Amino acid sequence: MTIGIGHYLTFAAILFTIGIFGIFLNRKNVIVILMSVELMLLAVNVNLVAFSVHLGDLVGQIFALFVLTVAAAEAAIGLAILVIYFRNRGSIAVEDINLMKG
Amino acid sequence: MLIQAIAFYGFAGIAIAAAFMVIASRNPVHSVLFLILTFFSAAGLFVLLGAEFVAMILIVVYVGAVAVLFLFVVMMLDINFTELRQGFLQYLPIGATIGLILLVELLLVLGVWVTAPDVDAIVAAPTPALSVAHNTKALGLLIYTKYVYLFQASGMVLLVAMIGAIVLTLRKREGVRRQDISRQVARTPETGMAVVQVASGQGLVGAEYYVGPSARDNAIHQKAGE
Repeated sequence: MTIGIGHYLTFAAILFTIGIFGIFLNRKNVIVILMSVELMLLAVNVNLVAFSVHLGDLVGQIFALFVLTVAAAEAAIGLAILVIYFRNRGSIAVEDINLMKG
Repeated sequence: MLIQAIAFYGFAGIAIAAAFMVIASRNPVHSVLFLILTFFSAAGLFVLLGAEFVAMILIVVYVGAVAVLFLFVVMMLDINFTELRQGFLQYLPIGATIGLILLVELLLVLGVWVTAPDVDAIVAAPTPALSVAHNTKALGLLIYTKYVYLFQASGMVLLVAMIGAIVLTLRKREGVRRQDISRQVARTPETGMAVVQVASGQGLVGAEYYVGPSARDNAIHQKAGE
């Protein structure tokens, strides 16, 4: 049996769904939410690379590299915000983050 | 073909199982380690697809940088994670419902999509044959010529992220005695030394004489508005 693009797209869809599921499941823990976002970005990258290979177009892989860059920047900034938030409030529970509600 | 199928199902199965453990494990350190396993398996899938460069970059960037960053933060924050787990089952029904709906939608899309007939005509950068250029070389030839501005822009994104992370987490600690070399060098005998006439048989009387040169130095600097 041959492994076509449909297999990769199914894999990416399942991975993306697990990411969404993780955000809803761990409503209190920001670190796991950030990890779920990383999983979703990975699923997007799998889609991009799969279509890039399927269509014989290298731009998909280049775009995957840019997505990777943005994901790394997002993780760094997100974790930095998390660290200073924990330093100020002593908690990272999502429900406590309501200072800007007014 | 059979080996390809075995490799695909192996990597995909491990990746999905590890991704599920990322969101389901009790200990966040285990979550990060399962995240690393997920990225390794995804890199294996990329190699299987023939995108070696993206696979290697995935390992270098994610396993080498992002996962280690997560690990550092998880270990650095002193959090009672069991407390954060409470309400886990409370959100399970709605999370499962939304996840299931999304998965069904995505799989429905997968069932019906077709490739456009003229897609070969609009390929922006055709993959060269493997005899002409391997994956890394082909990507390099493209990324440093046609997409060089985007490449530079992504570098700027990383620079801004780096500066932002440093600015956010940098703090001045109170009560830490630091060595200030410029102040040490700027000391002169006039500011660093006091000549006191001591009357014989009396010793140093009065608090002002006990103020040492360094403390006087501090007072002078404070007066200068430093």
